[in-house]
Amino acid sequence: MNMPFYVSPEQLMKDRADFARKGIARGRSVAVLRYADGLLFVSENASAALHKVSEIYDRIAFAAVGRYNEFENLRIAGVRLADMRGYSYDRRDVTGRALANAYAQTLGAIFSSGGEKPYEVELFVGEVGDSPAADQVYRLTYDGQVADERSFAAMGGSAETVTTHLREHYRTGMSLSEAIQLAVDALGRHESGSRVIAVEALEVAVLDRTRTQQRKFKRFTDPELAGILGEDRGEDVGEETPAATDPATDPAADPASDAPVAPPDDTPVAPPVDPGSTG
Amino acid sequence: MTFEQRLPPAYLTPGSSSFLDFLAAQAPELLPSRRATPAGSAADLAPHGTTIVAATFPGGVVMAGDRRATMGNVIAQRDIEKVYPADEFSCVGIAGSAGLAVEIVRLFQLELEHYEKIEGSPLSMDGKANRLATLIRSNLGMAMQGLAVVPLFAGFDLATGHGRIFSYDVTGGRYEETAFHSVGSGSLFARGALKKLYREDLDAEGCVTALIQALYDAADDDSATGGPDLTRRIFPIVGVITDRGYRRVSDEDVAAIADRVIAARMERPDGPAAALT
Repeated sequence: MNMPFYVSPEQLMKDRADFARKGIARGRSVAVLRYADGLLFVSENASAALHKVSEIYDRIAFAAVGRYNEFENLRIAGVRLADMRGYSYDRRDVTGRALANAYAQTLGAIFSSGGEKPYEVELFVGEVGDSPAADQVYRLTYDGQVADERSFAAMGGSAETVTTHLREHYRTGMSLSEAIQLAVDALGRHESGSRVIAVEALEVAVLDRTRTQQRKFKRFTDPELAGILGEDRGEDVGEETPAATDPATDPAADPASDAPVAPPDDTPVAPPVDPGSTG
Repeated sequence: MTFEQRLPPAYLTPGSSSFLDFLAAQAPELLPSRRATPAGSAADLAPHGTTIVAATFPGGVVMAGDRRATMGNVIAQRDIEKVYPADEFSCVGIAGSAGLAVEIVRLFQLELEHYEKIEGSPLSMDGKANRLATLIRSNLGMAMQGLAVVPLFAGFDLATGHGRIFSYDVTGGRYEETAFHSVGSGSLFARGALKKLYREDLDAEGCVTALIQALYDAADDDSATGGPDLTRRIFPIVGVITDRGYRRVSDEDVAAIADRVIAARMERPDGPAAALT
């Protein structure tokens, strides 16, 4: 009879956590910021078709880092859960908290079960409220822990560097273009300096409470983004923009290496154009 | 229906992008078509919605519906809404059993939104029309008991760049209409009016006026269709869809057009006269 080697529960959990952390650290970062009109999600993603930031429901969005197939599965489950709840009750009864709980239970159960490989993912679930005070951002880790994030947060490969940059330069009540500029600067940071992320390699979306539509999620197209970043890159935005991060000094954008594989000619698929705001 | 536990395996199973299919597998009791009803007619149990009209113009499509729901000889509701946006670029108007129709519209809206969220791109115009046909077909049992739902579906086709109209029968038959169409109890009168009033070169506002004229004629000859309610200021619901998406025409704008139509009918109650040849 084979006797398995004894592995202490502490060691088992530590091994599983290390495994998940390594997988997550290989990916590029995603940042979420609260700005004046809602929540902003920015990630570096070379693929225009395979998203890291997505709409879940009217006021709820999802952002993820890690293994694409795993977080895509969770995203679809979230859409199904939200639509099922909204159909059974009412659209107002679909909450980010319930979704974050379901994700936490799922990730926690998978992490501690012996039979399954832990998910190598971290998630943000964001919900925009009627006022800034009602906005919610939940951060979920691979082991099912939930944290309530204030103001800003980042996850993924260089999360610590990005968070440090955000902490230094974030202030409450930023405008959308200021927040996008800051997030893009922060994602371009790494231990030994900074770089400019090309507009095509950025994925930017917002939950904007000022949208007249029921669905508050809006994804930015490359031309829209170039307009916002171009304006702010050319002029002095104010004291919040540190001179050291002048992106013009480092034009070499690193091609994203972790992006999910997609045909390069795949046209970006955006949600229907918002007739109210064309810029 | 609580989800305090981990997500059920079915939620995490890749596969269909259809909410309808998912609902049928996970919670079939929520489908409008899965409810068993005893034999016999249920037609008089619930209110019925009446006339919907739609017409295309260069660059889009307009849909309008009257505001009346009837139960036998009783006016069940004076201000019911029967034209709904289905998604950003399409709308659906409903005639028939009102309660079931509203539920079918809700399911149809969710079906389009669900597909769009999961796939990252909206269904094609024909795809949307076919999904609605599936929903109507599944209601055939109810239709045979007098609870028929007959929708009119219209939208702006982004692929071809013009407005399109689809009509349905209770068996789920789907028919594409050219220029204009109407459904519901007053539809024969409305269609007759549109035949004489519709021109291909009408702009959006011209189209709205033609549809309001058609609804007036429907209300004139069909007791179940509501005419403009001048004392309560209740006027038809009108939706316009162009390449910029669905827009509901504001109550003030509809009221202004309706007032002009009524003023002209004071002079000539049968409406504008068409040339004989």
